[in-house]
Amino acid sequence: MGRKKGLLAIVVMSMLLAACSSQIETATEGTESASKAAVSDGDSVKVGILHSLSGTMAISEVSLRDAEQMAIDEINADGGVLGKQIEPVIEDGASDWPTYAEKARKLLQEDKVATIFGGWTSASRKAMLPVVEQNKGLLWYPVQYEGMEASPNIFYTGATTNQQIVPAVDWLLENEGIKFFLIGSDYVFPRTANQIINAQLKAKGGKAVAEEYTPMGHTDYNTVISKIKSSKPDVIFNTLNGDSNVAFFKQLKDAGITAEDIPVLSVSVAEEEIRGIGTDVLEGHYAAWNYYQTTDTPENKSFVDNYKKKYGEDRVTADPIEAAYTAVYLWKAAVEKAGSFEVDKVKAAAGGIEFKAPSGVVKVDGENQHIYKTVRIGQVQGDGQFKEVWNSGEAVKPDPYLKTYDWASGLKK
Amino acid sequence: MIKKYRQGAYYGIFFLFLSVAPFFLTDFRAGLLAKFLCYGIIAVGISLLWGYTGILSLGHGVFFGLGAYCMAMYLKLEASPSGIPDFMEWNGITELPFIWTMFKNPVFAIAAAVLVPSLIAAFIGYVTFKNRIKGVFFSIISQAVVVVTVTLFIGAQQITGGTSGLTNFFTVFQVPLTDSGTKTILYYVTVFTLFLIMALSFGLTKTRFGKILIAIRDGENRLRFLGYNPTGYKVFIYALSAAFAGLAGVLFVLQVGIISPEMMGIIPSVEMVLWAAIGGRFSILGAAAGAILTNSAKSYLSESYPEFWTIFLGALFLVVVLYLPNGLAGLVEKVKLRFAKKEKKEEVKHAGDSLVS
Repeated sequence: MGRKKGLLAIVVMSMLLAACSSQIETATEGTESASKAAVSDGDSVKVGILHSLSGTMAISEVSLRDAEQMAIDEINADGGVLGKQIEPVIEDGASDWPTYAEKARKLLQEDKVATIFGGWTSASRKAMLPVVEQNKGLLWYPVQYEGMEASPNIFYTGATTNQQIVPAVDWLLENEGIKFFLIGSDYVFPRTANQIINAQLKAKGGKAVAEEYTPMGHTDYNTVISKIKSSKPDVIFNTLNGDSNVAFFKQLKDAGITAEDIPVLSVSVAEEEIRGIGTDVLEGHYAAWNYYQTTDTPENKSFVDNYKKKYGEDRVTADPIEAAYTAVYLWKAAVEKAGSFEVDKVKAAAGGIEFKAPSGVVKVDGENQHIYKTVRIGQVQGDGQFKEVWNSGEAVKPDPYLKTYDWASGLKK
Repeated sequence: MIKKYRQGAYYGIFFLFLSVAPFFLTDFRAGLLAKFLCYGIIAVGISLLWGYTGILSLGHGVFFGLGAYCMAMYLKLEASPSGIPDFMEWNGITELPFIWTMFKNPVFAIAAAVLVPSLIAAFIGYVTFKNRIKGVFFSIISQAVVVVTVTLFIGAQQITGGTSGLTNFFTVFQVPLTDSGTKTILYYVTVFTLFLIMALSFGLTKTRFGKILIAIRDGENRLRFLGYNPTGYKVFIYALSAAFAGLAGVLFVLQVGIISPEMMGIIPSVEMVLWAAIGGRFSILGAAAGAILTNSAKSYLSESYPEFWTIFLGALFLVVVLYLPNGLAGLVEKVKLRFAKKEKKEEVKHAGDSLVS
């Protein structure tokens, strides 16, 4: 018995050693072939896809990988980019920020990819930023975020603050009232978002009656809810993330607070999260995004149909999914305009490019490398979808540093 | 005597491999190896603490993180031409906080990276060990320290950079961090540091002090009856292993270029213990090799099977824990013993043969 166990152990360990040595082998092989190969050799061009396929963020990020894969498949079926088929190299960021840095470095140095599509959390983007800058790479980041950034090597296809939070606050001030209750998960995005909201409310005659943060994954909101009851806000501005939303909305409903009493506007709750949280507790509450599955454009109809056909009828599309899909097409357009896969040329060509995205026409801002997007406020319906109650009418120019807003001047200096 | 030489040979092979590795690896792989060496330094400390003294700390991520943050603060200041780190400007801070001003000095930063973790460990250790808190209870306390520290670092976004942590450094001592020359120097500095720490730890285990550590592990009460007070020894070894982790943090930040609260959380802390377990916690060399091998396997598996690598890695951990309680180093010992037995058996057999004939 003991001998058998020992034998098994030896087999496993030798497998491990073999794995390690083959890694070294492939590494050396890699340099040889890499030094020979340019970015686009032969009939294909490599691009990196770097999202969390494991860990806490996988539940959100796998859909982005799917959307990017779908865009790549569509482009390949249509003849590729500059006559070359796109070959994705998929890596797992594992919900761990140094891993994002490691894998981004691997994609740029070993695989020599023409561009990377990746990231979800701000922390993952901040980890990749120095890597893409130092290696003169290119990154397309598809999620709404807190702004205050414009790396020359990153294109931001999600909303910055003036395309989501700022107009949402204006809309609430106009339609729901001036007393805001701010609740968020304890990390960079909610804290930065709430600083902006505080400044905006102060300038426009509104008032934040409370500002509460709970740790990621927190599930007990009774204290927060009793504070809501005692402070009697007109509206709750919610920047909670992930699982916490389930607990928060359930407990809010249990406490007898409905959307008619105090509506909640969320900026991190999209179609996918509604499935997890439950329609019954969310009905009537609001969200601010640039895209909903119900957004009425011809491009969106075929986008939603294709997505469901490819990945299953039960799947839903959402804002970051659309932004990830759009990113691939914007990159393709920039490459074709530049006539080259070289990062400098692609960057120079990208400014002013327009694309009929599922969310409407978007345009790349050549200066800060964000994109013009239409802002939309949606209300959750009984079927788990959003009904658009307001939109900005035209695509809003991105302003990550809020330079064009007088009240925001105090935020920076 | 022979055994001593054999140990020396193992160490020799290990460091020979590490010294020549950069010549065979691409820049990227060499960078990865450098990162794993930092992990190796932590694993050596854990081997001393857990393997030799029998104290299981599930909170070494904190000491690693504190060391890394100390160094990162210096690097961030060097990368901030305006004198204030970019994230502070966005958070509306106009003057550098007092804590940060001290980290303009690199000597202070590195000294703090080693001293802060060891002082905190000494304090926690003194309070718990003096009150004879041990075993599972100590492990739980060490986890609580992790939770408290991570929450503090996330909450104080204005000073710490929040969940995004500190990143985007350019130079160290005015030398660009991305230069291949800088990278090579940093790699060999890491190898040399690992060597010093392993030599120090190995030497320590051979002294009278080392024997007392083992006695604490195997029979703390008996040791007390003999008139020793284990508290001081335990506090010292806990603080020493924390200092190792802090030093590893310094080297990690220099080479990886990022530190965030996530990396001192519970999962990384448990992983650190796993490295030592897989390599062999009763062996200094085993623990260091375990950190390097485990992380190489992790990198390789996640690159080859981005969808399923966690399952493979989990299975590997399970097998090692189930079948190799003493880790890789234990396996080597076992194989050696088996050969020795075989030789003996054969000798006996031959002896029998000759008798018969």
